[in-house]
Amino acid sequence: MSKILEIHDLKREFKVGSEIVRALKGVSFDVGTGEFITIMGTSGSGKSTLLNVLGCLDKPSSGTYLLDGVDLKSLNRNQLAQFRNTKIGFVFQAYNLLPRTSALENVELPLLYNPSINTKERRERAIQALEAVKLADRFDHTPNQLSGGQQQRVAIARALVNEPVMILADEATGNLDTRTSYEIMSLMQELNQVQKKTIVFVTHEPDIASFSSRTIMLRDGKVQKDTPNENLQSAREALNSLPVTEDY
Amino acid sequence: MNALNLLRIAVKALQRNKLRAFLTMLGIIIGVAAVITMMSIGEGSRRSIESNLTSMGSNMITISPSSNSPGVRMSGSSIQSLTVNDVIALRNQATNLTAVSPMVSASGQVIKGALNWSTSIQGASPEYLDIRKLEVSEGISFDESDVRSSAKVCLLGKTVIDNLFPNGENPVGQIIRFNKIPFQVIGVLASKGQSGFGQDQDDIIIAPYTTVQNRVLASTYFQSIFTSAISEAASEAASEEITRILRETHRLRATEENDFSVRTQAELINTLNTTMGMLTALLTSVASISLVIGGIGIMNIMYVSVTERTREIGLRMSIGARPVDILMQFLIEAILISITGGVIGVIIGVSASVLVSGILNWPTVISEPSIVISFLVCALTGVFFGYYPAQKASRLDPIEALRYE
Ligand SMILES: Nc1ncnc2c1ncn2[C@@H]1O[C@H](COP(=O)(O)OP(=O)(O)O)[C@@H](O)[C@H]1O
Ligand SMILES: [Mg+2]
Repeated sequence: MSKILEIHDLKREFKVGSEIVRALKGVSFDVGTGEFITIMGTSGSGKSTLLNVLGCLDKPSSGTYLLDGVDLKSLNRNQLAQFRNTKIGFVFQAYNLLPRTSALENVELPLLYNPSINTKERRERAIQALEAVKLADRFDHTPNQLSGGQQQRVAIARALVNEPVMILADEATGNLDTRTSYEIMSLMQELNQVQKKTIVFVTHEPDIASFSSRTIMLRDGKVQKDTPNENLQSAREALNSLPVTEDY
Repeated sequence: MNALNLLRIAVKALQRNKLRAFLTMLGIIIGVAAVITMMSIGEGSRRSIESNLTSMGSNMITISPSSNSPGVRMSGSSIQSLTVNDVIALRNQATNLTAVSPMVSASGQVIKGALNWSTSIQGASPEYLDIRKLEVSEGISFDESDVRSSAKVCLLGKTVIDNLFPNGENPVGQIIRFNKIPFQVIGVLASKGQSGFGQDQDDIIIAPYTTVQNRVLASTYFQSIFTSAISEAASEAASEEITRILRETHRLRATEENDFSVRTQAELINTLNTTMGMLTALLTSVASISLVIGGIGIMNIMYVSVTERTREIGLRMSIGARPVDILMQFLIEAILISITGGVIGVIIGVSASVLVSGILNWPTVISEPSIVISFLVCALTGVFFGYYPAQKASRLDPIEALRYE
């Protein structure tokens, strides 16, 4: 299995006033193409900091990071932006859709920053991405006309539309109820298994982690455990076995 | 990212907040409209005055008496330094002049039957008509022999005729009385209409200067001498020649100042042009202030907009926008506001100029440069006042921007 991502002794320090906060204290691991890994850990353990570095939004204080074989230290701001555009799809806890903008236009957004894609192709790809997240009937809906789960699916479509090599999600189910969370995880599993997307999913919920093939536990800025998931659960089945509730 | 996509993004952003975009534009709209209206009024007035002066004869030179005793300033008419000798000297000696006419004027009442009209009578020699570019449309003008005999004949302007002969009878041959002195009307002057600023050029009676001097004023002096240079270009030389000749006839010593003043029409046009230019510049700069205020309005709103959309900026960066893309997005938004405002401002400014000339009857001239300039100024305003907010946006840290509440 080829490596999509290799990090070695990654450190990230923040200066807060005169103090130095060490958010990452030497993290090393590899991710192979097509893996679905979750990163777990308590609040403040450095998950988001790590994900920002992996997503080329932030630069490590030291250590090496190879993405798709490229050492990110060698890239300037504009090249990093291009990497984020074409190699990475971000999904955030708070969805981060543009308000008063249709689902289709939200999904088209990353393609606007990709000069090799023309208007027609942009529209086609956005439609495809929305169909892939099962929102074919919601193209013209603006975020405030969509439920939380639907908004997150628009955000996933946006992450997919540029055909990235890797999807990074930071607590993407954090704002959603259990049922909707499982729906999103089912979608993630489908993307991973059918479309062979590499996924790095940050969460602090163990049941979410059980849907991934490998879990990395962070603690206090270090890898505490890095274990393959022996007992991989299907999110679709978990969803079906949820008790049907008709209240609230 | 190509320019078209940037434009698309900016248009969408403005569409999401139409009312605010319009209110931001308002400053620019008012500024541009004001600049264009002011410039067209200024330019219109200037051209109207200039054409009036030219229609009086651009070769014309007027000589008036003036005081030469230091410290004492008397009004021109009370100084009596111009006499018939000056006129004769000019006619005989000047080589740059085609015609010379003295001018005396007296105000008073003109009566015909039961009708009367307050006006003034101008006494001149026959050349006066040529110099002032006046024409006799009916009847004849007076000649040298009328001057020699102080003949009680006169020419009437249209306004005087309208007031004394309201029923359209032919004035030629009729007798009118000016300050009780009877004059026979021998000719009618062709109408010259209103001057640009409401001065009636047809409210005029012309008679031989000797008649006015002897019978109306009982004086031997002139209020002014009108002459005509052989060409507009020769005005300057003619003016010097007149000064030399008059100093001689007035026997002024080298140390003495002139007791007359010479003014060429060309000079007058220049002076007026300068004055009007200054006035236009003043009006325009007052109007420009609103353009600057409009620009500051844009800057203010763009800063608000950048702060409001911090998360959007973070998101755009996280999905691949380069700093320059963010910079351009906000810059183009600002330019779009200012240029749209500029277009609306030009339309309103042009309409206002047309209305001003239509309703108030002011002369206005819409000059293309004023439109082009205010348009360019608009675009520059957008760039200038939009740059700093846009730069602020492009320098945001994506992670902090994404976390912004
Ligand atoms: N920009 C920053 N400046 C200072 N400290 C930070 C910054 N970002 C994160 N930290 C600190 O780094 C640690 C890890 O934070 P984070 O990666 O957000 O944790 P998690 O996502 O696991 O909850 C925390 O102690 C946090 O306070
Ligand atoms: Mg976090």
